Amino acid sequence: MEEVNALMQGFGVAVSPFNLLLMFVGVILGIIIGVLPGLGGANGVAILLPLTFSMAQQPGGTTSAIILLSCIYWGALFGGAITSILFNIPGEPWSVATTFDGHPLAQHGRAGSALTAAFTSSFIGALIAVIMITFLSPVVAGFALQFGPPEFFSVYLLTFCAFVGMSGGNAAKTVASMMIGFALAAVGLDSVTGTLRLTFGFTSLLKGFDFLIAVIGLFGIGEILETLEEGLAFKGASAKINAKVVLETWKELPRYWATSLRSAAVGCFMGIVPGGATPASFMSYGLARRLSKDGHDFGSGKVEGVVAPETAAHAAGTSALLPMITLGVPGSPTAAVLLGGLLIWGLQPGPLLFVEKPDFVWGLIASMYLGNIAGLIVVLTCVPLFAAILRIPFSIIAPVIIVICAIGAYTVHNSMFDVYLMVVFGVIGYAFKKLGYPLAPLVLALVLGDRAEENFRNAIKGSQGDLLVFFSNGLVGGLTGLALLLLFWPLIRAGWRLVLGKN
Amino acid sequence: MKRKRERSAASVRAVEIGVAAVIFLLGALVVFDSYRLGAKWGGDGPQAGYFPFYVGLLICASGAAILVRALRNPAFAAESFVSRGELKKILTVLVPTVVYVALIASLGFYLASTLYIAYFMWYLGKYPWIKIAPVSIGVSVAFFLIFEIWFSVPLPKGPLEAALGLN
Repeated sequence: MEEVNALMQGFGVAVSPFNLLLMFVGVILGIIIGVLPGLGGANGVAILLPLTFSMAQQPGGTTSAIILLSCIYWGALFGGAITSILFNIPGEPWSVATTFDGHPLAQHGRAGSALTAAFTSSFIGALIAVIMITFLSPVVAGFALQFGPPEFFSVYLLTFCAFVGMSGGNAAKTVASMMIGFALAAVGLDSVTGTLRLTFGFTSLLKGFDFLIAVIGLFGIGEILETLEEGLAFKGASAKINAKVVLETWKELPRYWATSLRSAAVGCFMGIVPGGATPASFMSYGLARRLSKDGHDFGSGKVEGVVAPETAAHAAGTSALLPMITLGVPGSPTAAVLLGGLLIWGLQPGPLLFVEKPDFVWGLIASMYLGNIAGLIVVLTCVPLFAAILRIPFSIIAPVIIVICAIGAYTVHNSMFDVYLMVVFGVIGYAFKKLGYPLAPLVLALVLGDRAEENFRNAIKGSQGDLLVFFSNGLVGGLTGLALLLLFWPLIRAGWRLVLGKN
Repeated sequence: MKRKRERSAASVRAVEIGVAAVIFLLGALVVFDSYRLGAKWGGDGPQAGYFPFYVGLLICASGAAILVRALRNPAFAAESFVSRGELKKILTVLVPTVVYVALIASLGFYLASTLYIAYFMWYLGKYPWIKIAPVSIGVSVAFFLIFEIWFSVPLPKGPLEAALGLN
């Protein structure tokens, strides 16, 4: 029960009036970010990250800063459900499955039930994931303490191979997006040899590309351009929600306990695998439709059809933080931005964090419990207010969002060049989205590029250039083997089907 | 293909091929520069270009794969990537955004942002000036209060702030 003691100490850190205030501020900001077009968890956190630089320098400030930013993440996860149900606009890719039954419910005048079901199951999904993080992360971190450079590189390899094999999209596009991320990460001064790489004589490229700029441009500006094309007006159902509707829905929810548990399990598992939240939400929706007794009515407005994807998406979104804090490998773009934040504040994410900064780690985990409770309270009481944000005309909200993105890009390094870059990334983001290139691998590669390369270099330095070092013992060999298995998973599955015949 | 009535400005195939070609060239550039730096084993460890060299090769390979697939898929040619109307809408946002970003350096963040929001409300929203002025100025003043005063994060300033003595 060591974990419980550590967690209690974490609550001691997290429950200060200032940190509790930050939780509510973070959740409210996060919901607004999740509701607004063009802003989501990843770029919302990226824009607000520079504002925490001074906060993080005070004693105990890094914990407050991560509480603020992670609560923005929870808020954004909740906010995605609001737009999906009321406006049929998924704010985030993992909210797409929520629209299938959530929006029909709202059209039948049951928006209140749909929202209550979505928020409650989000909360339950997140809670189960946090409990898993509480007990599993010390184990994973302890295990990872034995890791050397070859093991770390093979964990990175596993992360990126999982993207290619599990994403289900066009594998070549996933690889292209990922490798562009690695190439961008390599631009600038190479810290090991002191040579300039890929700068082609441009002095503004000396410092390289900051992933925060890429995130703000790709997700922010790119999404505004995409929204613009689809039309300027949002037509939404009204968001009536009151205590009676909430209580009635809560009475109905225990009936779906099996769906909840199954979705949470799918979510927790898929969340650890990078890019898992979106497939997790679709997968649990599909499973619920197949296994539920009124599965054939799914799509016409079933509460169970909201419960399944929302539980899974939140469980996945939350458990994406497990590999981030234990291994330094983020499971989602937002987790990648949080990881970047840790690096900027001078913390080294990875197994040593549990040994060196237990206050920080357990404070963060404790804040996950409290932040999700804060989130549930805020969304249940203030939905109409947040829905009203989407009724602000696009011609006002769009330039304001672009101005916010520009401010965010500028404040990262106080550099105008970054603002120009942001616009370029915005155009790239728009083209990539429309052509079906996934953006998450690019961001993750940009964040992890330097660390992956450093571990790769150290590993093959140790083995005098022999690549077989990645198979040199059971641990690293297993990780590398698993990575290759995931990479070729679509091929293996296709081959398996061929062998079994066409049934 | 829900918007078949509108004329297409570019087919999916054309854009797909264009982007894949750019990706391939980008990869070639990375390979070229990494080769120049040395992409081999350098006595005490890998040379600076070792890792990016293979990254570049993978970029080239994926670009080529996407290109081949786009060339061999005739369905892409009929599909519209962006219609003329959509392209026009996007340019009415993108062009002012580029102008806005370029103006920040000379006008300062706050004045440029005010003008940018005002342009949007006037051109896209067709609002009267009586509504445009308070909203655009109000938003910039709010940003000034939030960033300069509350968070003490200074943003670039121009002649207006100098005249008002806010530097």
